[in-house]
This record gives sequence, C-alpha cells and structure tokens, in this order.
Amino acid sequence: MTDMAVETTGKATMAGDARTRKRHAAERRFRLMGQLAVAIGVLALLGLLASILSNGLSSFRQTYITLEIYLDPGVLDKQGTRDPADIAKITTFGYAPLIKGSLVKVMQDRGVGGEADADMAVALISKEAPAILRNYVLADPSQIGETVEFNLLASGRIDGYYKGRVSMASAELDRNTSPEQLRFADELKEAGILVTRFNWDFFTAPDASDTRPEAAGLGVAILGSAYMMLIVLVLSLPIGVAASIYLEEFAPRNRFTDLIEVNIANLAAVPSIVFGILGLAVFINIVGLPQSAPVVGGLVLTLMTLPTIIIATRAALKAVPPSIRDAALGVGASRMQSVFHHVLPLAMPGILTGTIIGLAQALGETAPLLLIGMVAFVRDYPAAPPEGFFDPASALPVQVYNWTQRGDPAFVERASGAIIVLLVFLLVMNLVAVILRRRFERRW
Amino acid sequence: MSVGSIVLVLLVLAVIGYFLGRGRSLSAAKRDHVKLHSLPGYYGQTVALFVAVPAFLLLIVWLFIQPVLIESRVNEMLPDSVIPEGGARSLVMADVRQIAGGLDAVLNRTGLTEEALDDGRLDVSNVRARLAEVGVALGSDVPTEVYEAAKTYRRSADTGDLLMAIAVIGTALGLGVWALMRISPKMRARNVSENFVLALLIGSSTIAILTTAGIVASLVFETVNFFKMYPASEFFFSTVWNPQFRGGSELGIWPLLWGTLYISLVALLVAVPIGLMIAIYLADYASQSLRSLAKPAIEILAGIPTIVYGLFALITVGPFLRDWIAQPLGLGNSSSSVLTAGLVMGVMIIPFVSSLSDDIINAVPQAMRDGSYAMGATQSETIKRVILPAALPGIVGAILLAASRAIGETMIVVLGAGAAARLDLNPFEAMTTVTVKIVSQLTGDTEFASPETLVAFALGLTLFVITLGLNVLALYVVRRYREQYE
Repeated sequence: MTDMAVETTGKATMAGDARTRKRHAAERRFRLMGQLAVAIGVLALLGLLASILSNGLSSFRQTYITLEIYLDPGVLDKQGTRDPADIAKITTFGYAPLIKGSLVKVMQDRGVGGEADADMAVALISKEAPAILRNYVLADPSQIGETVEFNLLASGRIDGYYKGRVSMASAELDRNTSPEQLRFADELKEAGILVTRFNWDFFTAPDASDTRPEAAGLGVAILGSAYMMLIVLVLSLPIGVAASIYLEEFAPRNRFTDLIEVNIANLAAVPSIVFGILGLAVFINIVGLPQSAPVVGGLVLTLMTLPTIIIATRAALKAVPPSIRDAALGVGASRMQSVFHHVLPLAMPGILTGTIIGLAQALGETAPLLLIGMVAFVRDYPAAPPEGFFDPASALPVQVYNWTQRGDPAFVERASGAIIVLLVFLLVMNLVAVILRRRFERRW
Repeated sequence: MSVGSIVLVLLVLAVIGYFLGRGRSLSAAKRDHVKLHSLPGYYGQTVALFVAVPAFLLLIVWLFIQPVLIESRVNEMLPDSVIPEGGARSLVMADVRQIAGGLDAVLNRTGLTEEALDDGRLDVSNVRARLAEVGVALGSDVPTEVYEAAKTYRRSADTGDLLMAIAVIGTALGLGVWALMRISPKMRARNVSENFVLALLIGSSTIAILTTAGIVASLVFETVNFFKMYPASEFFFSTVWNPQFRGGSELGIWPLLWGTLYISLVALLVAVPIGLMIAIYLADYASQSLRSLAKPAIEILAGIPTIVYGLFALITVGPFLRDWIAQPLGLGNSSSSVLTAGLVMGVMIIPFVSSLSDDIINAVPQAMRDGSYAMGATQSETIKRVILPAALPGIVGAILLAASRAIGETMIVVLGAGAAARLDLNPFEAMTTVTVKIVSQLTGDTEFASPETLVAFALGLTLFVITLGLNVLALYVVRRYREQYE
C-alpha cells in the first residue's frame, strides 16, 4: 500500500504520464497565446507610431530657393508715390517677373543652365512665392527699390524629390514635373541656391490651396485649437468641480440625484458625433452663433469633457478621508467651509490631473467639429480673444482630416506631420498630468 | 457694448460689491467683529454673489432668446413674394443677416453715420455695390423687402444689445444695493451666501440633465420634421440608400446599419480575443516588471485620438490589405473596405476590453483560485474552468461597452470604410456606416430643410438609441455581477 503510493508520486514528480504532459502542453500553449496577445497589442501601438512618424517627419523639413530679388520701383510703384493703395493694385502677377528675372541672373552668375531653362527654373518655385513677395512689400513699402534676400518655397514636386516621394521614374509620368526639371534642381542644389532646412512655416503658416501643398501650414489650426481649449478649460473646470462637489458632498440620496448620476454616466458613453449634432441644432441653428467659430467648438467640447472631469473630481474628493471633514466640523466649520477650505485643496491635484486628461481628449476630438463647419477652408488668422472666438478658424484634428481629402500626395505628408504635432501636444499634457499626480498626490 | 465688456463690468462691480459689503458690515458693528453673526468677508461675499450671479444668468438667457425673437419678427416682414421659386425662407434669412452684417462693415469702413441709411446715401439701389466694397458679395440684386428686413434686423439687434446691457447692469446694481441695504450685525450672512453657493452647485450638476435633454430634443424635433417629408416606413424598411440633390432620394437605413454592424463585428472579432488574453496574461501570468510596462503601453492605445487611427487606416492598412490580399485573391481593389476599418477599429478598442476585463478578473475572489489550485488544476485550467465562468457576466458587459464604442465611432470609418452604401458580404468591399452618412449629409452644401439633410438627425437618433441601449444593458449586467461578490 505505502510502497505503491511512494512509487506513483515518485513517478509523477520525475516524469509525467501522458495526461500530465498533455495538460502541461496546454498550459504552455495558453501562456504563449497570452504573450502573443500582449505582443500584438504592443506591436499595433509601435506600428501605428512608426507609420505616422515615417510618413510625417519629413514635413518638418522643407526645400527653399534662396534668391536676391531687386524690388523694382518701375514695376511695383510706377507713380513713385509709395502710396499703399497704389501698391496694392499690383497683383501677384506683377511680382512673378521679378522672381524670374532674379533667378535668370543668378543662373548666369553661377553658370548653371542656359537661357532656355528659365521657364523650367521658374516652375521650381512655388506658386505661393509671388504672394509672399507681395505681402512683404505691402507690409513695408519703403523696401521698394532695395535688393532683398528671400527664401522662396520650392514647389511641392521638387520638395517631394528631396524627400524621396518623387523619383525620376514617377516624374516621367507626372504632368507637373519632368526628369529634366529634377536634374536641373540637382544642379541648383550643388550651386547652393536650393537648400533643405527646418520648416518653421509649417507651424505658423495658414492652410493653402489644393495645388500648393508646400505652403500649407498649421498656424490657423493651432490657434483655433488653443482658443477652443481655453473655452473648454474656463467652462468645464468650474462647472465640473461644482457639480462633483454637490454630488459627492451634499446631494441627498433621492430620485433627482439618481437622475443626475444616470445622465452623467450616459453622457460619457454617447458617441461624439451626437454632440456635434447637438451643437449644430442648438448653438448654430437656434442661438445663431457663427459656423466654424471656436466658440461653438469650445461649447460642444465642454459638454463632452464634463463627464470626464466630473468622474475624476468625484474620485479625488472620495479619496480625501472623512476624518478631515470631521475635524473641520469639530472645530466649528460649516459643511461648506469644511469642503472649500479643507477637502477641495487636498483633492486639487487629482482634479487637475483629471482636467488635463479631459482636455487632451477634447484636443483630439474630430467628429463633432466636422458637423459645426470647422472643415471650411480658412486662411485668415482669427483675431485676438474675445472677438476671435467668433471668427472662423480650423482645429488641429480637423486640419488633418481636411488634408486627407486633398488630391496631391504631398498632403499625406502634411497630414502625418500635423498628427505628430497633435501627438506631441497630447504627450506633453499627459506627462504634466502624470507629474502632477506623482508630485502632489497624497495617499492616506 | 459687447458681451465681453459687459462681463468685465460685472466682474468689476462684484469686486466693488465685496469690499462695500465687508466695509458696511464692519461699520454697522462699529469695528467690533464679535458683534457680527458671520465673519466680515461673508457679508462682502453675499453682496458680490447678488451682484454677479443673477445678472450673469440674465445675460446668458438673453443671448439665447434675443436672436430667436428678432428672427421671428424679421421673418414676418418677408412676404412670400421674395422667396425665390423652389428656394427656402432660411436662405433669404441668411441673405438678410449677411446684408445686416455688411451694412455695419460699410458704416465702419466709410465713416458714414446712421443717417446715411435714411437719407439715400445708402439705399437699396446702391447697397450691392457698397457691400461689395467691404467684401460682402451678394449673389443677386436685393429686393426692397429684403433690404428693409435687413435694416430692421440691424436696428432690432442694436436696440436689443443696448437693452441687454441696461437690463444686465441694472439687475447687478439693483440687487447689489438691495443686498448692501440688508446688511446689519444680526444678518446671517454666512447662511445666505452658503445657500447661494449651494444653489450654484445644484445648478451646475443639472447641466448634465440639460445636455441630455438638449440632445434628445434636437434629435427628436428634427427627426419628426424629417418624417413629415419622408415616409418613416421607407426609412426603416427600404434597402436602398441613394440621396439625390434634386429630390426623389431613396433613404433606406438598412445598407448603413449593415455596414455599421459588419465593421463593428470585425472590430470585436479582433479586439475581444486579443483584449481578453491580454487581460488574463497581465492579471495572472505577467511579472510585475512586464505588467508595469505593458499595461500603460496598451492603455496609450485608448488615449490616441481616433483621427490618428483613421489616418493609419487610410495610408497604411488600407493600401496594405489591397495590394497584398485583396488584389492577389481577386476580391476587390478598393483600399477602403470593411476589413480596413474593422481591423483598425479593433486595435482601438483592445484597451477597452482589456482594462475592463482586467478589473473584472481581479475582482474574482482569491479563494476560488486557491480552491482550484488545491484540487491540482494548472493555472490555465483554473482560468478556463473557474475564473472565466465566474467573470463571464462582467466580460459580457465589457464587450457590450466595446460594441457601443465601435458603433458610434466616426473618424476611422470616415477615412477607412468608404462611402458606398451597399449590402454585401465581401469584407474587401467598401461599405459605409451610419456615422459616415451623418457627416456627409451634414457637411455638404445641401439646404438645411431638405430630407437629404434632415435624414442625418434620424440617423443620429437611431445611433443614440442603439448605443444608449447597449450601455444601459452593459451597466445592468456589470452591476448584477458586482453584487454577486460583494
């Protein structure tokens, strides 16, 4: 009896029988599946980031053509009055010959190309360039007659050539460029006229039309997003905190409180696009606020962010131990005083963390903004607040969507670049939230 | 006086009120704090609250109501004759608003005074040219009635703004003086101001109810309008979606619902197994160090904006599936497809499934695990035979929440799924969803009061009801499950 028992256990510990081996194999398989799932999750994240980075990083560099341009008074100000009204009458067509003339001169000086190449050379420069020149002159008419050095944008195809998007083979089939043009661009590059450097304009310039991807920037979108975040912060933080204080500290258990709680839980789960419909129907059609305005976007995003802030604030208030409240009440404070003087300051780090995370969500939200008209093509910067809240503007994520709808493949690069900017903003906000939590949160 | 400056004036008045109230309470008590019922600051706070809050609420209500009143009044001035054949009243109203705004710009730019509007220097004959000068382009010449309506619109808006400034600041001053007069050492200022603050807190918490009411009201109201123009039976039972600009559209919801459900199904088929295995592995197998790395990494997926996933679907996943799978197998050559959107959406909802399931698996009592191990079960047998059955209701709840997320998702399907409404089984074909069509019907240039635009509200209501139903069901299931172990 005993011998037999010893024998079987000994066998089991040394080498399992077929059934045990099968069970252990199943155990290993299961474990492997778990590791595989985690690996897939992490790989999906890495793949997503790699795809965006590989497509978008090049948008932070841009090809420019450096030219010294003589602002000819004979063309720009025939009367010689330097009157801004007269100068404004010269359209961008008047500026194009100046660029061409300067380019031809530079080519002769450096011995690049021949007279016949002048038209091809001009096509290297973005169609936006005369407008840039004109704005410069209008801003400072006294420069007329001077020779000024300009860094003019190269056209989208040339820019794409130096970023690997356009090749000799693809240029063969392309109506907008040709292999000869690309070879000529290479010559200019060797002569130091054509340079690729960091692209500040991407952050400050407004959007540009379909045919000028090289000039498109995020200026208006960043400003619009900043305005909306300001509105969301100013409205949702006080309202959210007030609602949470009531629900957590004062509300009696009754039907009304239940109704509020159910509503908050449901609002957190309503699809974002439904908030867009609400914004369109109430803020634009009934109240008559302008379309595409940051104020409408801000209000809609405020309503969307409120549940997040309320849930975070309530958790932070709940984490403050009751002994704090009891101690305050014990020395004669009213309930309101105990909350505002003691509980709220202690819960503040948690509240701010929740608010920043709510703001980060709002910053990336796209769908509701499409419905309130923020997809419009906006080139003018909104004015300073508060009037600027009512001016048309764009928003970062909507600008991304906008660019994906354009034909020119150069806009894919711009859209990915805009995503990188958006993700950097989100990363910074989340880091601030994490630091706040690490630094100030107290465990009781 | 602009709204901004009114708000500024209110703030200044509130600050002044605070110091006046504080000072008055002290002087009433002859500088003797002990005689006062409350601390002096509370008297000041009471005055400040009475100055700022009612006036501010009045301002908000006024801003909501004034445009509605003016619109209806101006609308009455417009006879039917000025409405173009086949056009809508709302378009003429838009003209009226545009002219009114343009007139302001003309007066500002040219330095003309208000009289110019009456003495003929600016009238219906030259208004189009004048407006063009300040950059307001009108499509056609302005009928006299429309021009008069625009002038009335402008005047009523001006008088309205003036009245608003007077009413708001008057309220602030009146209530402030009244609150100041009430101050005496016996007055229970702390109770008054605390009740006031409590009312504000309650008011803030009702915003959630107001928002829901606003959503439901706007959806239902416009949906009813839609069903007046388009038969409900067609909408709910037709299998053709074919909107036309010139009327005669067929707006059946089934192709859209099918696309929505198909894509969500693909997403769930991706997210549920992976998310569940991640939750199990991280809860029961992973070392502390792996857990502290992998869990935040997975949760980052939930924090990435959906437009990023949309772009990923558009530029990477879609072309990949088309070039490597769909075209070689001859299944289609569209880069936007059900599979593209479904796969990417699946990745997006992995963290929802995994973090909810993680909580639920951790909530299964340790005693149940220990019991199973004591019987000699391996870890995977314990998970499969004991923990998962015990956690099943909670996991079902998590899946329902994830499904509701997937159904309401917009940007991934806008960029990844395509725009063709069709009932098809091939996952490599482009299909469309309810959310895509809401966006396309409301962002087009169609006129607002047409069935082609209003259908978006009916679609929105359908979406709202489905996601709400799923959420309520999920919360109910999860709550029932929690009670089991508490």
